[in-house]
Amino acid sequence: MELTLSLAIGIMAGSGIYLVLRPRTFQVIIGLSLLAYAVNLFIFAMGRLRLGAPPVITPGLGSDPALYTDPLPQALVLTAIVIGFATTALFLVVLLASRGLSDTDHVDGREPEEE
Amino acid sequence: MALLLIVLLPFIGSLCAALLPTNARNAEAWLAGIIALTVALLTAAQYPQLAIDGVLRLTIPWSPTLGLDFQLRMDGYAWLFAMLVALIGTLVVIYARYYMSPADPVPRFFSFFLAFMGTMLGVVLSGNLLQLAMFWELTSLASFMLIAYWHHRSDARTGARMALTVTGIGGLALLSGVLLIGHIVGSYDLDAVLAAGEQIKAHAWYPTIVGLVAVGALSKSAQFPFHFWLPHAMAAPTPVSAYLHSATMVKAGVFLLARLWPVLAGSDLWFWLIGGAGLCTLLIGGYLALFQNDLKGVLAYSTISHLGLITLLLGMNSELALVAAVFHMVNHATFKASLFMAAGIVDHETGTRDINRLSGLYRAMPITATLAMVAAAAMAGVPLLNGFLSKEMFFAETIFAERTEWQRLLLPLAATMAGMLSVAYSLRFVHQVFFGEPATDLPHQPHEPTYWMLLPSALLVAVCLLVGILPAATVGPFLRTATDSLLGASAPSYSLAVWHGLNLPLYMSLTALMGGVMLYLPFIGRNSERIPLLGAIDGRQAFNWLLGAITDLAGWLLGRLTSPRLQIQLLVILLVVIGGSLLPFVDGPLHFGEQSTIELDPAFALLWIVGAVCAVAAAWQAKLHRLAALILAGGAGLATSLTFVWFSAPDLALTQLAVEVVTAVLILLGLRWLPRRDKRYREGKREPLRAHLRRLRDLLVAVAGGGGIAALAYAILTRPTVDGIASFFVEQALPQGGGLNVVNVILVDFRGFDTFGEITVLAVVALTVFALLRRFRPAPESVALPAQQVEQDVGTRAPDLAAGLPTGYLMLPAVLVRLLLPMAMLISLFFLLRGHNTPGGGFVGGLVFATAIILQYIVGGTQWVESRLRIHPLYWIAIGLLAAAMAGVTASLVNDPFLTAESWHASLPLLGDIHLSTVLLFDVGVYMLVVGATVLMLVAIAHQSLRSLPRKSEAEGAP
Repeated sequence: MELTLSLAIGIMAGSGIYLVLRPRTFQVIIGLSLLAYAVNLFIFAMGRLRLGAPPVITPGLGSDPALYTDPLPQALVLTAIVIGFATTALFLVVLLASRGLSDTDHVDGREPEEE
Repeated sequence: MALLLIVLLPFIGSLCAALLPTNARNAEAWLAGIIALTVALLTAAQYPQLAIDGVLRLTIPWSPTLGLDFQLRMDGYAWLFAMLVALIGTLVVIYARYYMSPADPVPRFFSFFLAFMGTMLGVVLSGNLLQLAMFWELTSLASFMLIAYWHHRSDARTGARMALTVTGIGGLALLSGVLLIGHIVGSYDLDAVLAAGEQIKAHAWYPTIVGLVAVGALSKSAQFPFHFWLPHAMAAPTPVSAYLHSATMVKAGVFLLARLWPVLAGSDLWFWLIGGAGLCTLLIGGYLALFQNDLKGVLAYSTISHLGLITLLLGMNSELALVAAVFHMVNHATFKASLFMAAGIVDHETGTRDINRLSGLYRAMPITATLAMVAAAAMAGVPLLNGFLSKEMFFAETIFAERTEWQRLLLPLAATMAGMLSVAYSLRFVHQVFFGEPATDLPHQPHEPTYWMLLPSALLVAVCLLVGILPAATVGPFLRTATDSLLGASAPSYSLAVWHGLNLPLYMSLTALMGGVMLYLPFIGRNSERIPLLGAIDGRQAFNWLLGAITDLAGWLLGRLTSPRLQIQLLVILLVVIGGSLLPFVDGPLHFGEQSTIELDPAFALLWIVGAVCAVAAAWQAKLHRLAALILAGGAGLATSLTFVWFSAPDLALTQLAVEVVTAVLILLGLRWLPRRDKRYREGKREPLRAHLRRLRDLLVAVAGGGGIAALAYAILTRPTVDGIASFFVEQALPQGGGLNVVNVILVDFRGFDTFGEITVLAVVALTVFALLRRFRPAPESVALPAQQVEQDVGTRAPDLAAGLPTGYLMLPAVLVRLLLPMAMLISLFFLLRGHNTPGGGFVGGLVFATAIILQYIVGGTQWVESRLRIHPLYWIAIGLLAAAMAGVTASLVNDPFLTAESWHASLPLLGDIHLSTVLLFDVGVYMLVVGATVLMLVAIAHQSLRSLPRKSEAEGAP
């Protein structure tokens, strides 16, 4: 499981990096989304992987930390997901405005001379 | 309390002054005058207490855990300075009332004037070095605003900028020095620092500290080599020059040197650095003052020279010299402020400040002339005036101090020389302006000004005379408390008397007087245009060159380190990140841990085969097939969400899923405004080789980055867990947070303040999106309806907004979606309410509700929904933020820290036990804000589709 998840993180990060380096704004926004998935999973994985041990305390079992998975990375990632949504929205609007003003969807706001 | 009032009153006055109308000259002057006088009286009232206690303190805790307090501390020395600031401030206010022209916007003047007074009092009364450095910078800022008061004049702007740059850089140096001192002493408390003199002097950093503090103090007091800013600051209105640039602000530098004198002085380094700078300034300033043709220029350079004298005294490492320095600070403030006022009167009544044009004004304005003559005589050090006394003390110090042979020869010589220069420029100031043939070509006919304008100058001159004749009875006791508070037990005994008998200092004074007259003789009737010898050394040119060079260097560096092209910039950032994360492996390779792993579930493998294919395919298709890429990226997001479910993170899975939906809708709404791409590529244009190479390069970077993060993730996953702070949260969630869902308890309780910040960010982003889209102008080619929509609309009528049921081909889904809305609301509330104990919470609930609303848009159409929508997202955002803040403030009502959870248990008939908590209120705030922000963003983008409609009809209607 660990290896699979690591590879998954790597593949998503790699796809994201490739897209972030592309010249069109839409490619960059998709790339950032993929990077965000990868980074969120990476931070989440810092708490190690546990099956069937959500950090919701079962009253009968008591609150022994060994019984539950690490809640801290989860709280961090939950915040990151929401903020990620906000930045995506902001980026989308900036991208649309830039396209409206410059008449191109190139990241530099103008078409390169050659190509 | 009085201490706080002394510092606060001017700032309050500054605010009031700023709010008065532009032409309220009298009101402004009354306000400023009363405030300055009140401060002076308050300060004076502290003296009896001060004489008993020695030091008055006021500490207001600010951040106790960091050891940072707002500390005010008044000892005899600070008292003397505060009196000076307040009294001269009062006089300058009276003067300024008549000096400023009715056309000048006085609120700005008096507002900054009072603000400056507050900052200067802050410098003087600070009991904490960091706080002192802060007020120090504020005085620079106030000075900047006041020099640039007539900002339509370019010399005012240049002068202000130069003063701010020089004193600002000095302030930074001072701050660094203060930080070093604080590091050595372990406290920024002035008392602690003053007690740690030996410790600091013995420390290896002592030279650095002296250097940094010296740069700060010397630049502020316009000492060589930083002296050039002061003459350019003379572009300020004359009251400002009189107050800031002669009596108070420029004294801050020497004030600080004297304040830290017991801690820093006593070494050879101190002598050479401070004494050397003082000596150079004393002579250069005096020499240059002799050749100035502007009245204020003469006074500016003479101020520089006199400050040099004070600095030299401070650098002499002798207690008596320190006494002389403090005495001269007071004396100089009185006669120089009075001289500036006289120069201002001359300028005001004649319209010029050019010494070569002015002549014989004595007949037209005898009172002004007399006042100026007495003050100038004090500046020259004529007996029976205060300047004479401190100059005598200075001369005595140069000869009696125990020094090496050559210093004992050079110092008295230089001192006498400086005395001669001082006499010569004072004489030139008085003689050329007030004597000789009356000038005939002046812009205005000169006459005596109103008596109110003369009063401040006259009062100051009276002080000069009183102190000069009866020093021990007037300034004596105050000077004694000031020097005692500086030096403590080691304060020397001295006598303030006019007559000390025939001794060497007196002969030096006489020599200086006669020499000065001789020195002035060649200047009579001569218009000096050029400055011999030192004329070529122009501080301003060096400053401008340096500024230009630094700007060029910064530009060059920027050109090397950054690119205007985003792709290059991102590539550089990624390469630095990848390279930086390789650094720890220089010593040895990355090794994976031994921790046993969970056996691979085939379903999980399958999930991520799909997920990985989705991610790679999205990367591949994002250029030409945007919709496909968006769906594929959503697939990867879904895999991520399922992974969260798999590994015990139900909250994350829920949030991810909801965000996934909203993001997809958001980007879908945006797709419509992006350019069509198919046409160009359908033509089958061959791409150049460079494009292929670039893609290969990016692919390699992506593989390196992805591989690296995968390796890191695997290395950590195979290592044992670290004992972090997680156990605290799990153990305390129920006892302290009162919730079973630990993640939710962390978000709304333990780290509630972070969440509060986060939802604020969300609100700000939503408002920014809203604001950006109000001004949105789509590209012309996107304005027309998309081809798909046109095809769909063939044969359908325009939507009937009044109809109870939707029409058209989407009728059934539309009815269903409308039925869905109340259900979704219920579900979102369910998530919100159960969030504290089971997976859910405000974020998820809010997103679910927002999704339901946007579904109405998708199916019902923008126009239809907007004609019926009763939700005002802006209110939701505001109420949400307020609710969250209320939950935080409630805790403060019962004296708990901000955002502490407060709960009430109650038992009601029928309903049973009720458990209410501020945490719920906080989560309701989160919920409302998320709904508001999400709906605002989605609606704002969705609304854009209406833009094309009126434009289209316009285009059709046009002939």
